[in-house]
Amino acid sequence: MTATPTLLVRGGDVLDGDGRRRADVLVVDGVVAAVAEGIDAPPGSVVLDAGACVVAPGLVDLHAHLRQPGREEAETVETGTRAGALGGYTAVVAMPNTEPAIDNAGTAREVLALGRGALAEVAVAGAITVGRAGERLAPMGELSDLGVVLFTDDGSGVQDGALMRRALDYARSLGVTLAQHCEDEALAAGGSMHEGAWSSRLGIPGIPAAAEEAMVARDVALCRLTGAPVHFLHLSSAGSVALVRAAKAQGLAVTAEVAPHHLFLTDAETAGYDPVFKVNPPLRTPSDVEALWGGLGDGTIDAVATDHAPHAPETKDRPFAEAPPGMLGLETALAVVLTALRDGRAEAEEVDRGLARALAWCSWRPAAIARLAAHGGPVRAGRPANLCVVDPAATWTVEPARLASRSTNTPYAGRTLTGRVRHTVSAGEPVVIDAEAQR
Amino acid sequence: MSEPTAGRHLLSIADLGPDGIAEVLRVAESFAEVERRAIPKVPTLRGRVVATLFFEESTRTRISFETAAKRLSADVVSLALASSSVKKGESLRDTVETVEAMGIDAVIVRHGAAGAPQRVAGWVERAHVINAGDGWHEHPTQALLDCFTVRQVLAERAGVSPLSLGTECFAGLRVLIVGDIAHSRVARSQVLAYHALGARVALCAPGSLLPPSLEGWPVTVAGDLDDALGDADVVSLLRLQAERGSGAFVPSLREYTARYGLTARRAAHLSKDAVVTHPGPMVRGVEIASEVADLPAAVVTRQVANGVAVRMAVLFLLLGAPGAEVPR
Repeated sequence: MTATPTLLVRGGDVLDGDGRRRADVLVVDGVVAAVAEGIDAPPGSVVLDAGACVVAPGLVDLHAHLRQPGREEAETVETGTRAGALGGYTAVVAMPNTEPAIDNAGTAREVLALGRGALAEVAVAGAITVGRAGERLAPMGELSDLGVVLFTDDGSGVQDGALMRRALDYARSLGVTLAQHCEDEALAAGGSMHEGAWSSRLGIPGIPAAAEEAMVARDVALCRLTGAPVHFLHLSSAGSVALVRAAKAQGLAVTAEVAPHHLFLTDAETAGYDPVFKVNPPLRTPSDVEALWGGLGDGTIDAVATDHAPHAPETKDRPFAEAPPGMLGLETALAVVLTALRDGRAEAEEVDRGLARALAWCSWRPAAIARLAAHGGPVRAGRPANLCVVDPAATWTVEPARLASRSTNTPYAGRTLTGRVRHTVSAGEPVVIDAEAQR
Repeated sequence: MSEPTAGRHLLSIADLGPDGIAEVLRVAESFAEVERRAIPKVPTLRGRVVATLFFEESTRTRISFETAAKRLSADVVSLALASSSVKKGESLRDTVETVEAMGIDAVIVRHGAAGAPQRVAGWVERAHVINAGDGWHEHPTQALLDCFTVRQVLAERAGVSPLSLGTECFAGLRVLIVGDIAHSRVARSQVLAYHALGARVALCAPGSLLPPSLEGWPVTVAGDLDDALGDADVVSLLRLQAERGSGAFVPSLREYTARYGLTARRAAHLSKDAVVTHPGPMVRGVEIASEVADLPAAVVTRQVANGVAVRMAVLFLLLGAPGAEVPR
């Protein structure tokens, strides 16, 4: 680790799990040295202006596809974490559906090594099964020895219920969490959008919400059976929210995340057959969107996770059914959530409350699930300096070509969003200043 | 079922609307007359080049389009997929851009993926795009030739010319579409076309072959085929697309035929003036009994013949000089 400059984040409100208060933040040697009003800038320090901004713990993404190794034409650890830093993220969990998959210590070490020079801390999730093939258990023990705490075959769900049960029993003894991409492949039947009015009209084979809900229901039952925790990835349907709500009411060890696009877009976007709106799970209906917000509101859903899924342009430049699912998310996630929260709410008080909740969903809650102790705050003296400085009122227009990701498959092209990350401090290094990546 | 494309392309029946459909039917009537000539060819599209890009097997639709283009004196190139660079991994976009770079005026696309012609329309600079069938989505020219054929039959029975009927003859007409509607691009185009012309459309199929949602579809669903047949002026039979796995959506072909096939016994329920259409290829003994297929009410061969005139009309309206008169 190279030496980091002394930083003074000046003029903003600190907002973390402890609440909101007017304070400057002094960072020395990568650690928060003081949080107080009116701190004088030490000689030679870098001053980051936080006027009209909140200074929050850096965001934590539970779900990013950094594509390395194997798909470096779509994204690398470097470009993905740069995109993350611009979006306010100081930690990302790299999904294991790389080529080869992160199903062994060697590949995990490779990704962790790439992460050491990156613009955000990189944690990896390990695969549950070898090659994510859903046939036999991956060496979760050797991966957990490297600090891996989340395991998933994301991209697909573990189809075999007996294998998932064994994986949960095994995970319980390791003290790790299994994260499920809930999709019954027989029910999904090769569909490529939400099954409903739009798919029927457009003639695109659909994926019924039941394909997700059937696996959520199964895994809630397996959580009860095994006592091992289950994290539900990217919930997209109202029925899934209801199942997880009921499981939590029974005291089961379940957590859940939702992706920003499922909170903001619906299957109607598919009408033009543009594969930039193809994602798995698919964009669903307005009533699903409403139920997902309800799930966030009452704590059924713990976190917002991006499911950042870059794809090289040539792979999306195809007919809808032939294009791979997935969309970019890291650079836009917080802004999308803030924009949606702001829509239709004029009162400043409500907007402020929305900001605090959005930061909880994007920072301290996911930090707890991923057990990333250096992230998620609170912003106090002695804590590692992982911070993001957010201007909640700034508006900006998403231009795909200007994003830091190697790919351009953002569904928000041309949209104006409200809320922008002004600065990001990763382990004491100001990696983003005035919305510009510093390296 | 997509956004109107300002008359440059024909991707969906929705691109035409009632007036557009009426125009196609009117112009097709003139070309049907051309076809009856000793030399059924007019110079209208001389010097224009039309390409058929068929990414799915098809005989009749491709030949029908190519015949139509040739009768308009257009040059026709046909992308033979087995020998093309598609097999070498070229993307649809690159294929389309390559074809357009050769100065092609219109591309006629059939593709297994719904919306592929919409994608192609977004990629071309100046060529016209005609949808010749995309996945389960639409097959607009098939629906147009069905309407054309139905009007022709109605006109004959009334002893008048089809042109004199306009499209008023479709108002209140009871159309029953039977069979694999879920996986049928023909059904989606037919529903839009018949509805646009004022017909009342009913669907009859087992639940496993109906679309998952009919929200927004201007149709009713008939439970019992025997009852529904007696109330239908037009019966459109669809093929059970066993090669696309539709066979797995019913317990057996035998049971399907027993409940949804137009058997000889069931054909007795047809009203005496009913017209029976089928987009072909027919599977005799499954969705239609052989003896029913040969009844005068069944107009399958006539549909095929009319397909050329209707596709000539579509090519003429998209590619002809603005305001050009239909050749006499």
